[in-house]
Amino acid sequence: MSKLLEASGLCAFYGATQVLFDLALAIEDGCITTLLGANGAGKTTTLRALSGMVRTTGDIRFAGKMISGRATEDIVRLGIAHVPQGRGTFSRQTVEENLEIGAMTRHGRAAIAADIERVYGYFPRLKERHRQQAGTLSGGEQQMLAVGRAMMLRPRLMLLDEPSFGLAPLIVEELFGILRTLNQTEAVSMLLVEQNAALALDIADEAYLIETGELVMQGPAKQLRDDENVRRAYLGY
Amino acid sequence: MELFLHQVLAGLATGGIYACMALAVVMIYQAIDHLNFAQGEMAMFSTFIAWQLIQWGFPYWLAFGATIAISFAAGVAIERIVLKPLHNAPVLSHVVAFIALLAILNSAAGFIWDYTIKSFPSPFGAGPLFEQGLMSRHDAGMIGVTLLMLVLLYLFFRHTRIGLAMRAAAANPESARLAGIRVGWMTALGWGMAAAIGSVAGMLIAPVVFLEPNMMLSILLYGFAGAVVGGLTSPGGAVIGGFLVGIIENLAGTYIPVVGREMKLSIALCIIVAVLCVKPSGLFGRPVVTRV
Amino acid sequence: MLRRTVETHEPQAETVAGMAVPAWRLIMFVLGIIVLATIPFVLKNFFIFQITLALIYAIAILGLSLLTGFNGQFSLGHSAFYAIGAYTAAIMMDGFDINYVWTLPAAALVCFVFGFLFGLPALRLEGVYLALATFALAIAIPQVLKSSLVEHWTGGVQGISIIKPDAPFGLPLNSDQWLYVFTVLVAIVMYICAHNLVRSRTGRALIAIRDQPIAASAMGINVSLYKSLTFGVSALYTGVAGALGAIAISFVAPDSFTFQLAVALFVGLVVGGAASISGTLFGGLFVLFVPNIAETFSKGLAGAVYGVILLLVIYLMPTGAAGLVRLITGKLVRQGR
Repeated sequence: MSKLLEASGLCAFYGATQVLFDLALAIEDGCITTLLGANGAGKTTTLRALSGMVRTTGDIRFAGKMISGRATEDIVRLGIAHVPQGRGTFSRQTVEENLEIGAMTRHGRAAIAADIERVYGYFPRLKERHRQQAGTLSGGEQQMLAVGRAMMLRPRLMLLDEPSFGLAPLIVEELFGILRTLNQTEAVSMLLVEQNAALALDIADEAYLIETGELVMQGPAKQLRDDENVRRAYLGY
Repeated sequence: MELFLHQVLAGLATGGIYACMALAVVMIYQAIDHLNFAQGEMAMFSTFIAWQLIQWGFPYWLAFGATIAISFAAGVAIERIVLKPLHNAPVLSHVVAFIALLAILNSAAGFIWDYTIKSFPSPFGAGPLFEQGLMSRHDAGMIGVTLLMLVLLYLFFRHTRIGLAMRAAAANPESARLAGIRVGWMTALGWGMAAAIGSVAGMLIAPVVFLEPNMMLSILLYGFAGAVVGGLTSPGGAVIGGFLVGIIENLAGTYIPVVGREMKLSIALCIIVAVLCVKPSGLFGRPVVTRV
Repeated sequence: MLRRTVETHEPQAETVAGMAVPAWRLIMFVLGIIVLATIPFVLKNFFIFQITLALIYAIAILGLSLLTGFNGQFSLGHSAFYAIGAYTAAIMMDGFDINYVWTLPAAALVCFVFGFLFGLPALRLEGVYLALATFALAIAIPQVLKSSLVEHWTGGVQGISIIKPDAPFGLPLNSDQWLYVFTVLVAIVMYICAHNLVRSRTGRALIAIRDQPIAASAMGINVSLYKSLTFGVSALYTGVAGALGAIAISFVAPDSFTFQLAVALFVGLVVGGAASISGTLFGGLFVLFVPNIAETFSKGLAGAVYGVILLLVIYLMPTGAAGLVRLITGKLVRQGR
C-alpha cells in the first residue's frame, strides 16, 4: 500500500512556543490510522499542522505533493477534509446550507445534489432536520453534520479530531460504524485523533501514540492494544 | 388625520434615506461581523467622486455607474490593504481602524473639494410625484432604488453560491477555510459590495441634504438605528427599520412640541435603545443560538 | 518503546538588569513621582496646563478602561459621563457658589448613579449593540444639554463660565500650578483605588465576566450586579475627570462634549493598552498631543495625518503602549541562576 500522507521533521509552534517536536508520520492509503494521547499531548495540534492552520517547520507530503507551508484553503482542495474539534458547525445556517458550504470547491449542481442525498443516506436524522438552523442540533447530530460536510469534499483523506467528544455511547457507536463503512465502501482514508483509546484502537488499522509533543510509539493497532504499557496508561487495565 | 398622513409620508421619504444607509450597514455587518463606523464617510467620498465626474462632463448615469465600480474597487482595496494586517487583532483595534478611516476620508474630502456646500443632481427630476405634493419624485425614486437593491441583494445571498460562501466566511472563518473558501477574498468582496451600496446611498441622499464632507454622520446614525430596529441579520428588516425610524422621527418632531424639534436625533436614539432592550436582535432579526 | 522526558526545572527568580522585578517596579514608580513633582517648577504655565489636561484625560480613560478593558463592556459614549461630571461641577460652582473641592465627590456620586442606571438596561446588550447604545448616548447628550427644557440650569448653547480657583492657604503657586498639583493628588488617589480594585477579588470577578460570562455566573458571580456596578464606577471616574476638566478650562458648553470626545477617549484606551492601568497615562498624552502633532504636519489634512498615525499605532503596537512595554521588559527579564 502506498503512503498517502508523509510527514518528516514536523515541528509546530504557537507563537514562540514549540508544541510538536520532530514528528514523523506515514499514513497508508485506504487505512484508518489513529493518533492517541492524553489531554494536551499535541493531537489536535498535529491535525492542525497537517491542515496548515498553525506555523510549522518540516516536510509534509500528500500524495507526493508538498503541502507544508501552504494555505488551508489550498490543502483542502487537494483532497484533505478536516473535521475539527468542536465540530465547527455553521450555527446560523441551515443543515442543508452547511452541506452546500462543504461542497463549495466542487462544480456541477447535479453531482452536488446527488452527494447531499448520499450524506442523508448515511445520516437520515440530518434529512429530517435539513431546514433547521444547525446551531439547534444536538451534539451528536452536529458531529454527523460535520462528517457530512467533510464528505461533500469527496476527500481522499479525512482528519477527525475527537469525534466521540461529549457524545453518548450509543451515538458514538453509531457514528463509528458509519466511519468504518465510509472507509471501506467510499475508500476514504482517515486519521483519527481520539482520547478514547479503546474505541480508536478498535476501529483503526495503524496507531501512533503522542506524549507532550513527541511520538513515542507506533505500529499496527493490534500491537498497541496488546502492549502492556499502553494498556496500563491508556486503556485502564 | 390629514396632518398625520402627511407626516407619515414625509417620514417615509426621509426614511428612504435611512433605509438605504441601513442596507449598506447591514451588508457590511453580514460580511465582517462588525459595524463599520466609516461607512458614512466612504459613501460621502464616493459621492464627491461622482460629483467630480459630472463636473468633468460625464453624463449622470455614466458617472453613477463609474462611481459604483470605483467604490467597489476601493472597498476591496481598503480591506486588502488597510484591514488585512488586523485580521488577528482584537475587536477594539478594528474599531480604531474604522475611526482612522473615518478621519482620513473626512479630512481628505475637505482638503480636495473644500467645505462649501455643493448641489448634486437628481436623476428623477425635481417636483412632486403627484399633484397633491405628498412626496417628491426624487424621494419616490430613492425608495424605488433602495427596494431594487434590496431585492438584488436578497437574491444574491440566498440563491447564489458566492453569497453562501460569503455568509459562511463571516459566520465561521475557520470552518469556512476548512471547506476551501478563501475567507480573505470573501471579506474583501463584502467590503466592495458595502462600499458600492454606500455610494448609491450617498448619490441618492446628496440631492436632498446637499453635498459637503460632514453630511453623513447623522445619517449614518439613523442608518444604524434603522438597521438595529430591523435586525442586523436581516437586510429586509433593515430597510423596513429605516423607514420606521424616518416615520417615528417625523411624528415625534410634529406631535411632541419643543422637545421634538430640538431633539429629533435623541429621539431616534431612544428608539434604538428601547428596541435593543426589548428585542436585542431587532424586529426581524434572527436571534443567534449558541450552545454553551 | 515508551520514552519519557526527564528534564525538570526549578522555578528561578526573574531579574531585570540584575534586580528583582518588584524592586524594579518600585524604582520606576519613584522616578515617576519625582518627574511629576518637578514639572510645575520647570515648565511654563501653558505646558503645565497641558500636562494637567493630559492627566485629566488619563483619569477619564481609566474609567473607560475599567469598563471596556477589564469588564469587556464596549462603550463609545463616555463623553456623556464626562459631560455630566463637568456640568455638575459648573452648576455647583456658578449657580450655587460651592467650593470646587466639593464638586468632585458630587460629580462622582451623580455620575455613579447615572452610570449604574444606564448599565441596567445595557445588561441585555452585547458587543456591537452596546457600542451602538453608548454611541447613541454620546450623540444625545449635547442635544439634551442645549435643549430649552434645561436651559435655565445649563446655560443652553452658550454654556457656563466658572472662575478658576486659586491656591489655598496662600501657597506660593499660581492657579495653573495649583490646579496641576490638585489634579495629581486626585489622580494618585484614583489610580491607587483602581489598581487595588483590579487586583482584588472584585477585579478578578470583572475579568472573569469579560472572558467567560457564562462560566462566571455558573461559579456564583452575580454577573448583572457586577456589570451594572462597573458601569457606575466607570462613569464615576470619567465624571470626576469631567469635573476636573471643567475647573481647569473654566468653561463648559454642550459642543465640547460631542461624540468626537467619546471617540478620542476610546482611541486613547486602545492606544494605551485596553486592560492596562498604566497604559491610560499614555492614552491621555496621546489624546492631547497627537491631534496637535497631526496639525503641524499639514493644516488641511490634519485629520488624515491623525488617521494614518492611528493606523500605524495599531499595526505596530496591537496591544497598545502597555503591551509594548511588557514586550520590551519581557525581553530584558532574565532567568536567575
